[in-house]
Amino acid sequence: MSGISRRNFVQVAGGAAAVSTLGFSNILMAGKSAGHVVIIGGGIGGATAAHYIKRADANVQVTIIEPKKHYHTGFMSNEVLNGERSLDSIKFGYKGLESLGIKVVHDYATNIDAAKKHVSTKKNGNIAYDRCIVSPGVDYKWDMYEGLDAGVAATKIPHAWDGGPQTALLRKQLVAMKDGGTVIIAAPPNPFRCPPGPYERSCQIGDYLKKHKPKSKIIILDAKDKFSKQGLFMQGWKKYYGYGTDNSMIEWVKGAEGGIIEGVNSKTNTVIGGVDEYKADVINIIPAQKAGKIAHTAGLVNKKGWCPVNQKTFESTIHKDVYVIGDASVASPMPKSGYAANSESKVCAAAVVASLHGKEAGIPTLVNTCYSVLAPGDGISVAMVYNFDGKKIQKVKGSGGLTPMDSSPEMRAREVQYAHSWFNNVTTDAFVGG
Amino acid sequence: MKLNKKVLALVVLGGMAVSGNSMAGPSAQALANTCAGCHGTDGNSQGPAIPSIAEVSKDYFVELMKAYKSADESPKNTMMSRIAKGYSDKEIELMAGYFSKQKMKRQAQKFDAAQVKAGAKLHKKYCEKCHEDGGRSSEDDAGILAGQWTPYLHYSMADFIAGDRAMPKKMKKKVKKAMKADPKAMEKLINYYASQK
Repeated sequence: MSGISRRNFVQVAGGAAAVSTLGFSNILMAGKSAGHVVIIGGGIGGATAAHYIKRADANVQVTIIEPKKHYHTGFMSNEVLNGERSLDSIKFGYKGLESLGIKVVHDYATNIDAAKKHVSTKKNGNIAYDRCIVSPGVDYKWDMYEGLDAGVAATKIPHAWDGGPQTALLRKQLVAMKDGGTVIIAAPPNPFRCPPGPYERSCQIGDYLKKHKPKSKIIILDAKDKFSKQGLFMQGWKKYYGYGTDNSMIEWVKGAEGGIIEGVNSKTNTVIGGVDEYKADVINIIPAQKAGKIAHTAGLVNKKGWCPVNQKTFESTIHKDVYVIGDASVASPMPKSGYAANSESKVCAAAVVASLHGKEAGIPTLVNTCYSVLAPGDGISVAMVYNFDGKKIQKVKGSGGLTPMDSSPEMRAREVQYAHSWFNNVTTDAFVGG
Repeated sequence: MKLNKKVLALVVLGGMAVSGNSMAGPSAQALANTCAGCHGTDGNSQGPAIPSIAEVSKDYFVELMKAYKSADESPKNTMMSRIAKGYSDKEIELMAGYFSKQKMKRQAQKFDAAQVKAGAKLHKKYCEKCHEDGGRSSEDDAGILAGQWTPYLHYSMADFIAGDRAMPKKMKKKVKKAMKADPKAMEKLINYYASQK
């Protein structure tokens, strides 16, 4: 056997492995539709699911129902706040997905009839499905806050938690603020989208203020007593923003010490805390969260307002043939993050395609990584690999974890480059070039 | 005697299909899907710094992942050493197989044209023997250099030179020689690789 080296053999064998996992459905279903999947929501979860269903089986018909013509990512939107990047750089369209034959209907899904298997919409009537994937992201619990609702948030007290116009509004308010002003960030109770987000935001706003309005202050009013990457954030706050000194730019008030807020007076720009009232120049309340509206209307939620799913497939445990992915689903121990949504979507896409072919879903494997930027050139991260124990998703013991506290400045600089690479890759993986 | 690759593939495929049914873990595809969020769809990274892993040599991939997994040998990489610990050796083999079969799509990168010519010469003299075809090839378990994202090449070389990542003996010698001949050899080489389409 002189003509074949060990290497060639390994390559050929590797190819065979890829074929055996990819090929069967296309061969079986060549020439006819393998069913219709309707995806509600064109964010990271919905877009990735659409892409990966088509990759697994191009004969599956896929329709995305999404009201907006463009999606703005929540992740990296903090870099818009300090002026590091433009709002356009976090904006994505649907042309890439459409080029794969995915239909994108710009409309509101108003309900799901799980018995008749159709999604009702505002303008396009009922859309029938064989499988429905719901990826609505989060909605906000406005009723927990006096004086705050979606209208106030859109015009005066932005949450800026979904990367869109409210991010632009918050940026505008920061730019208009006088030097010596006070910015309040109210961080929500668990669970919520992007656990390190409020604290990264304090760094990005801190970076902007330090350069342009150095007499200003940021007060974080936190509903919680601890938070994601806390040690690393506090290290960063100390290093860059004077945390722990009398002259600190950033102050963190934990829940037990008055951080829990009750409401806001948008006329006087005052946040009403459980203990004190805080007057501020710019107020950013990130409200408590629940699954997106359609999940509630369609009866997919538990008592806590999130969607329980079979963690092997992401099929709702309430409605058959309806799947819920991303922030809205109960995928714990996975966090509600962009990477988690991307990873969950692929597990769900494979399970949906398998189910359309009458096959058992494969064994899931998932990853989350999440980067935060403490200051330009200084990034940190948390990561985890997840597998499936037969019943639920679990962390793989020994994997993952945080950037070490003592990692070198060189490594911290690399993490920023990795963060930007992750952003480019995860958005391309979801929107296929937008 | 030349063994027909197709025949061999069928033989192996048959074997895999049988073991595939009783396999109690995730498929190669499922495993590879988890990498795409950072390394790009099918391992083709959009940059700027996370490397493409499409078309990677299978053995190179396995070796590097095992090094990341081990506490002693891990290159000082703050992310992959955490990720690699999440996978069994068998799972790493499956991923390696998957990515080795993907095609690397090279993207345009910035480079200093003045350095490319010198880089090409240096490559030919010190690197080509293992990193064949101008650094395009992953034959002989070489890392693909041509068209790889340049920040990653910079990081890797910095780690190799600092001793934070193990170099094969032969590479160590060649790097030393190249740097002695021209202290700016790495810069020139990386510009050359960036220019490769």
